[in-house]
Amino acid sequence: MAITVQRPKLSLAERSYLPAIFTGLSITLGHMWRMLRGKTHITMQYPEQTWDSHLPEHYRGVPALVKDEYGRERCVSCQLCEFICPPRAITITPGELGDGTRFAKVEKFPEEFKIDMIRCIYCGLCEEVCPEQAIYLMKEYAVTGTTRAEMVHDKKKLYEIGGLKTGLVNKWDTKK
Amino acid sequence: MSAPIHWFWSIVVDLYTTWGFIMVPLSKTVLLVVVVLIIVAYSSLAERKVSAFIQDRIGPNRVGLPLTLFGFKKDFSFGGLTQPMVDGVKFLLKEDLTPAHVNKFYYWLAPALAVAPALLSIAVVPFGSTLTLFGTSYKMVVADVNIGFLYVFAITSISVYGIVIAGWSSNSKYPFFGGVRSSAQMISYELSMGLSLVPVLLIIGNLNLSGIIDYQARNGWMALPFSNLAFGMHESGPWPWISGFRPREMMLWLPMLISFVIFTVSIFAETNRAPFDLPESEQELVAGYHTEYSSMKFALFFLGEYAAMITGCALIATLFLGGWQVPVPTIEFHSLRDWTFALVTKTGADGNIWGLFNIVCFFGKVIALILFFMFVRWTVPRFRYDQLMKLGWVVFFELALANIVLTAIILAFVPA
Repeated sequence: MAITVQRPKLSLAERSYLPAIFTGLSITLGHMWRMLRGKTHITMQYPEQTWDSHLPEHYRGVPALVKDEYGRERCVSCQLCEFICPPRAITITPGELGDGTRFAKVEKFPEEFKIDMIRCIYCGLCEEVCPEQAIYLMKEYAVTGTTRAEMVHDKKKLYEIGGLKTGLVNKWDTKK
Repeated sequence: MSAPIHWFWSIVVDLYTTWGFIMVPLSKTVLLVVVVLIIVAYSSLAERKVSAFIQDRIGPNRVGLPLTLFGFKKDFSFGGLTQPMVDGVKFLLKEDLTPAHVNKFYYWLAPALAVAPALLSIAVVPFGSTLTLFGTSYKMVVADVNIGFLYVFAITSISVYGIVIAGWSSNSKYPFFGGVRSSAQMISYELSMGLSLVPVLLIIGNLNLSGIIDYQARNGWMALPFSNLAFGMHESGPWPWISGFRPREMMLWLPMLISFVIFTVSIFAETNRAPFDLPESEQELVAGYHTEYSSMKFALFFLGEYAAMITGCALIATLFLGGWQVPVPTIEFHSLRDWTFALVTKTGADGNIWGLFNIVCFFGKVIALILFFMFVRWTVPRFRYDQLMKLGWVVFFELALANIVLTAIILAFVPA
């Protein structure tokens, strides 16, 4: 059934628009006046001021590789992140670790680890799928570059962003 | 004075004394156009700043000297004051694209047609009283013609051609809608704009824009008849108080206020400013009539819109707010029982300082009105198309007609 909307009966003053216009002007000019006196603090002067200290714990910024407290790179080059990555931003070149090191049992390490930040959608699936707690989404978000090549983060850059992370499960430690 | 400067100065004096009939209008034109273009540039900045402040933002504040490129710690910004220049450079350097599907001739003609009328119609507006130069005093109006009002109407009507031709020649649907809307809107509001001025013409009895300023200097502003009030106490005289109270002007105040409102709203519609910006309504028509334009041709539309706004504000100021005159309060005090307080209009005849003061007053009024236009734009939402037509044809047209009759009755029955 059609509903008949009751139109409000407007008085002559309301139909002349003028009181409404002046009410509106008083509101907008009030905002302007508060702004001019510096009472409004809504806009942040971005590059100088940032919201970084207020970012939530679960914030998903750029993905990066981390090292543990021994300075060991945690990535074992299992390539799970490469396979799960929805936009296929991750490219890993696996390499063999060799017998000489303390963690020879791990067998593999990434010879090269590239994340194309033009493709990355910051979904965090790589962090979620990683069995080694090696890749994390950091709180950094300002990724810029002037060329496409510059926007591909290589291993060096990824460790630079990720840095050291403590308090992780070090499952490759020798059993006591 | 050293020799070269002296020689140069004597040439200037010669030019103005012997070739004054060319040099003086030329100087006035250059002065006016330069001032108008500066106001256009800075009103584009003011618009962005005003809109920002109203919406609790900051607005453009970054453009300045890129000192960090030369190894300094921080860039130097002028608080956004250089933004108009950078915008101008940007418009000049951008690619000027002419789409393949347009009608080339009219496509190129339209931007010029949008700018020219706005700059032309300000020629008859008196922007100051008089300035005395080398012994001769000159009226501060480029063309002091006796058909000032007719000229203004004729030229402002042409300004719609720029928009209509742009909309039509772009050969694309949104500009076309913009052009059609603009012509319909222009016809509706041109009518009430013209009719709202008939009462003013009835009162002053001629079409010269300087004439209306003279009238307002003698009898108070059209929208504010108190502006040359005089009152006082005198030792002689039957009625010592408020000698400036004039029943005729007070009775004419009501029709003048109606005219003022109708004319101001019509100027809003004529200049396509919000709430009547249907020809370029961004949300419905992309950008309306200038959707297909880029670079300097777009900048010309932009310039034309703002120049039209300045002309419109100059007309409002001239017709209803006393033009270049600002009453200066003066007190003549002879004794405790003999004094007069009066609001007096000083003109260029009182010296060149007052002549310059009047020019500043005129542009001050124009700038205040431009700011008012901006406040309205960022306050009032756009009219629906049928509301716009209803307001123009049903309300303002009838109101303006009734206003003419009212003014005529007052003029006939209240003696001057």
